[in-house]
Amino acid sequence: MADRVLLRIVASRIRSQLAYRTSFALHVVAQLIGQGIELVAILVVFTQVTSLGGFDRDEVVLMYALAATAFGLADLSVGQVEELPTYIRTGELDVLLLRPLGTLVQILSADIALKRVGKVVTGLAVLAYAYATSGIDWTPLRVLVAATAPLCGAVIFGAVWVAANTVSFWVVDGREVANSVTYGSNFATSYPITVYGPWLRRVLCFAVPGAFVAYFPALALLGRPDPLGFPLWLQYAPPLVAALAVGGAALVWRAGVRRYQGTGS
Amino acid sequence: MIIQTRGLGRDFVVRRTRIPAVADVGLDVERGEAVGFLGPNGAGKSTTIKMLTGVLVPTAGTARVCGLDPVRERKALARRIGVVFGQRSQLWWDLPLAESFALHGAIHRVPAARHRERLDECVELLDMAAFLSTPVRQLSLGQRMRGEVTAALLHSPELLVLDEPTIGLDLASKERLRTFLAAVNARGDVTLLLTTHDLPDVERLCRRVVVIDKGRVLVDDDLATLRRRFAGNRTLVVDLVEPAGPLHGLHGVVDVAVEAQGMRQRLEFTGSAAGLIAEAARRVEIRDVTVDEPSIEDLVRTLYAS
Repeated sequence: MADRVLLRIVASRIRSQLAYRTSFALHVVAQLIGQGIELVAILVVFTQVTSLGGFDRDEVVLMYALAATAFGLADLSVGQVEELPTYIRTGELDVLLLRPLGTLVQILSADIALKRVGKVVTGLAVLAYAYATSGIDWTPLRVLVAATAPLCGAVIFGAVWVAANTVSFWVVDGREVANSVTYGSNFATSYPITVYGPWLRRVLCFAVPGAFVAYFPALALLGRPDPLGFPLWLQYAPPLVAALAVGGAALVWRAGVRRYQGTGS
Repeated sequence: MIIQTRGLGRDFVVRRTRIPAVADVGLDVERGEAVGFLGPNGAGKSTTIKMLTGVLVPTAGTARVCGLDPVRERKALARRIGVVFGQRSQLWWDLPLAESFALHGAIHRVPAARHRERLDECVELLDMAAFLSTPVRQLSLGQRMRGEVTAALLHSPELLVLDEPTIGLDLASKERLRTFLAAVNARGDVTLLLTTHDLPDVERLCRRVVVIDKGRVLVDDDLATLRRRFAGNRTLVVDLVEPAGPLHGLHGVVDVAVEAQGMRQRLEFTGSAAGLIAEAARRVEIRDVTVDEPSIEDLVRTLYAS
């Protein structure tokens, strides 16, 4: 029942955006280029070096593609959470609390920014290229990893962003904090975690689980043991990590809404 | 009893200081009543409404609305109440009004036939047919407020909470909205709780008035009783064709102030304006008259001083 309501909301959002075709087209192109520039940056680096953190160009491009696709999917479905500070500041959140639907669901569906499709398209194109050219020894298990990794990555990104944006419930205009996590996560996950120092590596593995978006799935696809000595099973853990991240984000969100309503303050 | 609160209170902590926004509000509202909820800015009206609708958790006391605990049963309550904020929109700004209504109906699971019936009725009474397919962002404030009230009524709420619904509207729009709300309330199935700074809103819609200040209920009484006891008198402003001396001695006039060398006179009076105008017209030639109502602020100020 609630799903059908959501479908109607989402459908109406999409229709309203397609009403401005030129604007939509320009946005998509801008996003294609924006995401593509990051790929160019990686390729430029590889004109100077032959390996980055122990990975060659095609391997890093694979990680980039996994991260970019996951980021694009998450941005398309959860990106709207970055509007939370505005909802809080303007009191618009009150209006959401007065409807018989969940608050987060309403924020996420309030504006499906279709222009963000551009990022997904870039990500998928590079991903297809990387799957075809990086010499993956395809097994049924790897096909499964290849299919699920971008989705799990998107869920992990989405959960992390939701959790990061809830900071706005405590901090007046926490947008900057949240944005640094959101956009930082795209950048950080596009490279093998071996290029980072040990401290940041640990953060990416266990605190903000960015390593499970691209790094570990890429290792699984390439059939490489982890150069840092992390156990093999971690390479297949993204679905589990995604589920944990969603659970964590849900708890943080609920705490945030309760803080807004003023429970126990 | 549709609203029942006991000792309802809400503190906010600002820089480690506890500031009570609402200190002690006890309120009983019966089904079908129309209650004007008044008070100066910062009196605690909005905070109280937020607690009644489940948006804000009370720090003291209890509230039951439609027999539910507003915070714990927020979504269930949302299905049974409608809320209109004069300064906030519940419509989707980039959708045509009709589509906003459709989504609103879907969210509240209003059966299609019921939805159409209710909508048709509102469209007719509020004269909205001409702009139903206009995106909400292109509507005038008056048109949008008609849309807001309609959206809040589509799911047949038992309680309609209106937070300054006529703010910023022109006179004609205000009047149209009041007429509509009075008709809705007259059918007896919708209870109205209304905050406003516009005394005519209250006079038109509410028989009962609750005045709060500094988070406490100052007065909870009949509007008529309240006016008799506390409100200042109305003032008849008379613009004359030729200057004249002060119009003393007219029936019901308690004070006369002369402006513009006797061309304009302000007559503070009790009783009927029509009789007074007729009587004044017999004494001098009148170009124009207006009647100034005592404002809610005046009334509250008088209350607070007493």
